[in-house]
Amino acid sequence: MEDKITIENLNLYYSDFHALHDVNMHIQKNEITAFIGPSGCGKSTLLRCLNRMNDLVEGCRIEGSVKLDGTDIYGGDLDVTVLRQRVGMVFQRPNPFPMSVYDNVAYGPKIHGVTDKQELDEIVETSLKQAAIWDDLKDRLNKSALGLSGGQQQRLCIARALAVKPEVLLMDEPTSALDPISTSKIEELALQLKKDYTIVIVTHNMQQAVRISDKTGFFLLGDLVEFGETDQLFSMPKDERTERYITGRFG
Amino acid sequence: MTRTRFDKELDNLQKSMEDIGKLCKEAILEATDTLFTGDYHEAEDSVNLHRRIHKSEREIEDSCLRLLMEQQPVASDLRVISSSLKAVYDLERIGEIAADIAELVLNEHLSIANDQLNLKSMVQTSTSMVDDAVTALSTKNLDLAQAVIDRDDIVDDDFDDAKKVLINNFSKDGNPEYLINLMMVAKYLEKIGDHAVNVAKWTKFVTTGKAGR
Repeated sequence: MEDKITIENLNLYYSDFHALHDVNMHIQKNEITAFIGPSGCGKSTLLRCLNRMNDLVEGCRIEGSVKLDGTDIYGGDLDVTVLRQRVGMVFQRPNPFPMSVYDNVAYGPKIHGVTDKQELDEIVETSLKQAAIWDDLKDRLNKSALGLSGGQQQRLCIARALAVKPEVLLMDEPTSALDPISTSKIEELALQLKKDYTIVIVTHNMQQAVRISDKTGFFLLGDLVEFGETDQLFSMPKDERTERYITGRFG
Repeated sequence: MTRTRFDKELDNLQKSMEDIGKLCKEAILEATDTLFTGDYHEAEDSVNLHRRIHKSEREIEDSCLRLLMEQQPVASDLRVISSSLKAVYDLERIGEIAADIAELVLNEHLSIANDQLNLKSMVQTSTSMVDDAVTALSTKNLDLAQAVIDRDDIVDDDFDDAKKVLINNFSKDGNPEYLINLMMVAKYLEKIGDHAVNVAKWTKFVTTGKAGR
């Protein structure tokens, strides 16, 4: 299997606080990798390192390297705008822009220089189809995105992320604000999308990690305690701390 | 510690498994004691015990399914629950075999004056296998489980020896029907050993995550 993202000796500090300790991880192409762990364990921090979202946090300092297809994203050879086009992100709460469905999806491609109306139409349709929400929204493309249900908004946000043709999709607790039916739809979608994308997902829903991910990483207090095949980690974890966390016996 | 209620239910499950194991052992002993003592009440008890074993099997299955549904267990919890679900089937089979022996003893008025077939030794080995297999599973004792698996050879050898003795007796004199019935008792005991081995193998799964082969 091919590494899409290689994390080596990654340390992250928020001013004096050492938030990630020497993390090493190989994230493979066309797989879903899940990050789990209690609140404050560093899993979202690590996710945000993968497209340099932490750059915006004051006092944040990073050591070590994160390589995307072998190129260090912190090494200066990769423009941040290009990085974020290649590594898209979907957040915990659906965050559509206060504009029409169409404009939400067309926004990214426009920023990246697509001006041809027909080309934009095609991108919008393809992205909405990939996000499995075209049938729901094809007659409401000019309606405000804010009028959609939470589940629809989240799939729209996924379509928006897909519109700039990324290679990696980062998902930060993408279903924690959604009902079970919308959650299933997002999970099904993630499983379909992994054919074409590499997906990294942070989740508090352990069963979700079991259902959709190929690999799982368990984080605790800034350490990557255990990382491996999801089936293995949830049936026979190697580390006692993983066992205690996933079986709900973390005192 | 969190999940105290879940932990308590897992403890109860463990205890129910130990209890059904004890019932099985009792059922085998009562069914076979009649062979040696001629006390038919004991064999009747064994038939009744099978009803209790069957009921207990249902209760264990129900609580396993409920725990799977309510707790969505993973890791060692999942292994304990799924292995209980599998092992309880073998224990119920043992109870049923004990009842079969009891019925055979009752219907055919079997009794043994001269234990040429060494059935007593087979009873002893197979009940100890059941006992140890259940203990191994509930205490996650791999060595004890392996000892059960190894002891199966003794029951198998005893069965082969019993067969030879019977064949010899057939050619000599004897009542073929009686001999065949004794043969069946020996076969049942050998079968109990096999089920005990299955139970022991689940200990391997609980402890190592790998299905015992």
